[in-house]
Amino acid sequence: MKPLLRFDGVTCRRGGRLLFEYLDLKIGPGEALHLVGPNGCGKSSLIRLAAGLLRAEQGSIERSELALADEGLALDRELPLKRALQFWGGRVDEAMNALDLTRLAPVPVRLLSTGQAKRATLARVVASGAPLWLLDEPLNGLDSDGVGRLEKLVAAHLERGGAVLAASHGLIGGTWTHLELGA
Amino acid sequence: MIASLIARDFRRSIGGAAWLPVGFFLVVATLVPFAVGPDPRLLERIASGGLWIAALTAALLPIERLIDPDRANGFLDQLTIHGVSEEAVGGAKVTAHWLTFGPLLLLAALPSSFILGIAPAALGRTMIALAVGTPGLAALAVMVAALTAGLPRAGALAGVLLLPLAVPLLIFGAGATGAEASGALLLEAAVSLLLVAASPFVIGAAIRAART
Repeated sequence: MKPLLRFDGVTCRRGGRLLFEYLDLKIGPGEALHLVGPNGCGKSSLIRLAAGLLRAEQGSIERSELALADEGLALDRELPLKRALQFWGGRVDEAMNALDLTRLAPVPVRLLSTGQAKRATLARVVASGAPLWLLDEPLNGLDSDGVGRLEKLVAAHLERGGAVLAASHGLIGGTWTHLELGA
Repeated sequence: MIASLIARDFRRSIGGAAWLPVGFFLVVATLVPFAVGPDPRLLERIASGGLWIAALTAALLPIERLIDPDRANGFLDQLTIHGVSEEAVGGAKVTAHWLTFGPLLLLAALPSSFILGIAPAALGRTMIALAVGTPGLAALAVMVAALTAGLPRAGALAGVLLLPLAVPLLIFGAGATGAEASGALLLEAAVSLLLVAASPFVIGAAIRAART
């Protein structure tokens, strides 16, 4: 089966510092990979490489269609949440419902709390329908209800043949393969 | 996606600070007669230059909100992930910026021309020269905004970058406004076209370089 994300001998150097070298990794349909490691070990850089936002110094990366949730909200602050999410398209109503954001639909994005904003970035990923999800610290700011919803969404996504790559210090429930960076 | 990006940028600036550069343009144009005195012959000689300096300074005002907010909150990253090339983003940004900046500036040029005592016979030439120059000015503004995005004190740096680069546009633009049939208008159009044509590539490269 064709992997949704594949790193082949990837080396990443940021600001003159070597983060990792000759990294191979493969994520196929239904697989979830959890990146762990101390601060600054290159988890976010790996996710940005996977997203195609950074160039690898060496090696090649193949990726399928993907969606990314990181610390960037990427929603217009002055718009109501629903309209802001609609800019990126996809099944917005379903995604908002899955993350319990429906009652916040008319609220301007700038008024959202940290946790609500986190749910909104996750809703953008869920709505996209992309087979590969990249989640950088998806638990930051989420309450226990939010974490539960995220775990359910990830499980459903994997069941549909999707794949997830997540970097986080907290544990996300479900079956994850772990990859330790900077060890 | 490109069309909705242009529509989004247009909506954001027209609903926000689009009137600020125009007001600024009017204020600067108004200051010229106060600074040099009300002598009509002197004013008529320097009017076109005054108008262009007003236009240049007005172009500087919106620079900090053209690219940097979208870079900082991940909007540009998401556009790339959605398959929009950085060059296409650049083209869309220039188009949207001109749509809010150009027509409003032309509108403000009418009262400014009156204040500066531009002869009615020369008014048509003035408007054409400004209309030809504003796309180049808009492209330059977005380029400089992309190059300075994320840097500390980007606003001041943008001024130092933009004003020298605008000199060719200023020379030919003011020339085309002032003298009849001098060929300056064609040269101004050439400079403006060059700036617009180069802008998507400059902006694209700058957006990629600013990624961390």
